[in-house]
Amino acid sequence: MNRAAAPVTPAVLATVKIQARGVQVFYGAAHALKDVSIDILDRTVTAFIGPSGCGKSTFLRCLNRMNDTIEIARVEGTILLDGQDIHDSGVDPVQLRARVGMVFQKPNPFPKSIYDNVAYGPRIHGLARNKAELDAVVERSLRRAALWNEVKDRLASPGTGLSGGQQQRLCIARAVATSPEVLLMDEPCSALDPIATAQVEELIDELRSQFSVVIVTHSMQQAARVSQKTAFFHLGHLVEYGDTEQIFTIPRDPRTESYISGKIG
Amino acid sequence: MTDFRAEHRAIDWASGEIGARIRRRNRAQLRLRLVGMAAIGFAFAMLATLVGSLLWTGTRAFRQTHVAIEVHYDAGILNPDNLQRGNYRAILGATMQALFPDLPDSALRKATAILSNGAQFMVRDRIVADPALLGQRISLRVPVSDPYDQLHKGLIDRETPEEFRRLKDDEIALWDRLEAAGAVSAPLNWGLITNADSRFPELAGLRGALMGSFWALLTCFVLSFPIGIGAAIYLEEFAPKNRTSDFIEVNINNLAAVPSVVFGLLGLAVFLNWLGLPRSAPFVGGMVLALMTLPTIIIATRAALKAVPPSIREAALGLGASRQQVVFHHVLPLAMPGILTGTIIGLAQALGETAPLLLIGMNAFVTAAPGSPFDPSTALPTQIFIWADSPERGFVSRTSAAILVLLMFLVAMNALAIYLRNRFERKW
Repeated sequence: MNRAAAPVTPAVLATVKIQARGVQVFYGAAHALKDVSIDILDRTVTAFIGPSGCGKSTFLRCLNRMNDTIEIARVEGTILLDGQDIHDSGVDPVQLRARVGMVFQKPNPFPKSIYDNVAYGPRIHGLARNKAELDAVVERSLRRAALWNEVKDRLASPGTGLSGGQQQRLCIARAVATSPEVLLMDEPCSALDPIATAQVEELIDELRSQFSVVIVTHSMQQAARVSQKTAFFHLGHLVEYGDTEQIFTIPRDPRTESYISGKIG
Repeated sequence: MTDFRAEHRAIDWASGEIGARIRRRNRAQLRLRLVGMAAIGFAFAMLATLVGSLLWTGTRAFRQTHVAIEVHYDAGILNPDNLQRGNYRAILGATMQALFPDLPDSALRKATAILSNGAQFMVRDRIVADPALLGQRISLRVPVSDPYDQLHKGLIDRETPEEFRRLKDDEIALWDRLEAAGAVSAPLNWGLITNADSRFPELAGLRGALMGSFWALLTCFVLSFPIGIGAAIYLEEFAPKNRTSDFIEVNINNLAAVPSVVFGLLGLAVFLNWLGLPRSAPFVGGMVLALMTLPTIIIATRAALKAVPPSIREAALGLGASRQQVVFHHVLPLAMPGILTGTIIGLAQALGETAPLLLIGMNAFVTAAPGSPFDPSTALPTQIFIWADSPERGFVSRTSAAILVLLMFLVAMNALAIYLRNRFERKW
């Protein structure tokens, strides 16, 4: 589309994982996201902050084409993952979602066993050739999600029987089991107590070594704690994007400043 | 600020006015509870009356009066080369003569009429199965004909003047002699389940109707279950939400409310007249019932699919599952209890449906149970219809018994639906 306006150079690609240019989202007649352009870096935690209804979750859902599943949603603009347009006819949205994993606001484990929850992604994508490989993937994923020690003795018990924080970590384990390149997290801690939140935040920091993590959060403290880059959304606009420290200490836009100081939102 | 404080009025919660209001409220609540309990009590009383009256008349059909006779396979009467076509009436006549040696020949016919018309065939079948019996005597227990069955069950009042009575004084006297001789018994009437229909109530059974209903329901299930679930999955998970799908949805809901006789007419016009399928066949009955059951299954399945939380769908989609994988791996298993419940309730409805079966001729008089879904047959509800229409006294209690059997199946199916729902319901 407007690839000419967004020249992609190989040098940039080394660090930029996702490049969005002029992204617009409409829900029916409502214009939810207005002309968002952003470069999301590899092996970095990027936080999306902003008041409710500002479009941050909407934009997150553009990155793995989850908005395709909403009938009235319409997405315009270009989103490049590793330089390839994710809306290209050659890209299968199903395949894309295996590369760009997602963790949701409310822990939503399948009503199956803990093992089957984690093994589901590798199974449908054929990532394990045999039982032993699958076992290894499950263990590795649960270890990455810092859940292995708590559940290793009851892998066959239902995932829905875990506590809220454990369920969310199970969902993270499930998402990392398909070895995605990007992990999208939509307010992953909003349903968790402070202890579980701390565990998940610690986890996010560890995940940074392998993935590009994008996290939507309502808590500015959380954004400040876990992210290196922060984007502030307001009324469908990307107002400001920069290093987290800069956004929280010397915001350039007055709207960012009022939000951070608690005047709007 | 001060204005608000000035307007704040202290309420005396202990005042008489408020106390009266609370009492009024409590009385209203009590009245509602009593009315509700009365409504439930009334409904239960009606149900108890229905079941009670069915049991009262129906249980009589669970026993059948039999009489023990000694049969002599007289080699002088029977031709050993053609046992199938012997004069078994004469053999029974001889048997009765032996029982009542003092009777003149003219009264002997009355004595033979005590035995069911089917007795001669039972006597025949015995020797056909074992030709070595020729020339021997065996004792046999055969059903008695309907009037004597009624007499034995106390349904014929001996005080009624003779001219209004079904059995005359001399017939009753013969019966009393049999009873005094200890030849009469009333064992459990297995014939009610093992026999097919008959003109004679003492021989009539539900085997044909049970088999007919079984084949019809099987056909109905095999057709409506996959088609119904397929339609519901498409409409709920894949179809675009637009005017066309709205139109389809409205029409499916309308179909569920179409009177069953209309489906029967459709079956008559399309399946019998146009496609030339056999009349009275359970297969065709099952096809018509499937048409009726489809909307029920589609609506139940859609409701069950809708009840699966969207978070499960999102989780699977977010992992890169395709729409089809989402449906078959996650949504359908979670919706299955609801789907099964809806299907069983739809099938229970189909089991009790009469009108469409009447229109495709499943109320035929068929004396053999169907061996396949394409043989002519009746079904349980149409059998009840036929028996209720029959003049013989014995069919009154048999009708009630057949209704009890039908109700038993309905209760069993609904119980299965509840069991499945509780057994497989998952929490999330």
